[in-house]
Amino acid sequence: MNFAVLQFPGSNCDQDVVHVLRNVLGHSADLLWHKEPSLGAAEAVIVPGGFSYGDYLRTGAIARFSPVMEAVQRFAAEGGLVLGICNGFQILCEAGLLPGALIRNRSLQFRCEHVFLKTATTDSPFTNRIPSDKLLRLPIAHGEGCYFADEETLARLKANNQVLWRYVDARGEATEAANPNGSLDDIAGICNEKRNVAGLMPHPERASEPILGCADGRLILESMIHALAGKQEAEAV
Amino acid sequence: MKAKIVVMPKKAVLDPQGKTVQNALAHMGYTGIGAVHVGKYLEIELAGADKEAARRQIDEACHKILSNPVIEDYRFEIE
Repeated sequence: MNFAVLQFPGSNCDQDVVHVLRNVLGHSADLLWHKEPSLGAAEAVIVPGGFSYGDYLRTGAIARFSPVMEAVQRFAAEGGLVLGICNGFQILCEAGLLPGALIRNRSLQFRCEHVFLKTATTDSPFTNRIPSDKLLRLPIAHGEGCYFADEETLARLKANNQVLWRYVDARGEATEAANPNGSLDDIAGICNEKRNVAGLMPHPERASEPILGCADGRLILESMIHALAGKQEAEAV
Repeated sequence: MKAKIVVMPKKAVLDPQGKTVQNALAHMGYTGIGAVHVGKYLEIELAGADKEAARRQIDEACHKILSNPVIEDYRFEIE
């Protein structure tokens, strides 16, 4: 598969994503500078973490207007798979590709630690390879990861099964202590209504090899690869 | 001309920064301190003299990029 990994001034997880896609999973991944007006032959897009444009104004607010994001808007409208990680999630929310917004952590602290996630649905191109009872252990590193949406939007997210991951403790229970940022409904990641665009605050690319202590993040990227393979098969028939 | 823009978190949105400042003020002994809200203030210098056109342009910019309507409200004046 061909992945495009976007690169903004201030992105800092772009190389990690490329490493995992190329060297761990054996797929093709190209870095795309924010001034690129086209995604080329990309079959999926990853918007990586970091501090695009220094987080000036609001996280993701300026990156969202870069030329490459216009190409991502068109790609997403045509059903292309897009995953935003951390700052990438913030950018996709700012761009209106995902509902809601990510605001300052309730604690006001930058949280850098491992969390547990429960996958709320395996019915998405981002979760289809995750065993339904498996807790994912992934690292987070963010100061603005508190998911917020108004009541109506939140109700719609739940009704459409758009919440993909929630923060839980090691036993799989949702507790106040297990939620690292104060996100509404313990939301760690969501997808859009068409289910082809998703975002999450934790970093799957930093936990995709046993040498890093945990490889649960692979399941998310492998889900995307599985979904793309299925799509190609369907198109070939 | 100059646009003076204030962007504030919406009432329904959690404002931990405001709450922390409020607590700090109380700790310092200031009395009668109610809720504190922390927002942003922007000044934009504008060329030209058409106030109405400037108003339309700033309103659009506030809506599109200077604020996020999901979490913030804005107000501005043109001087």
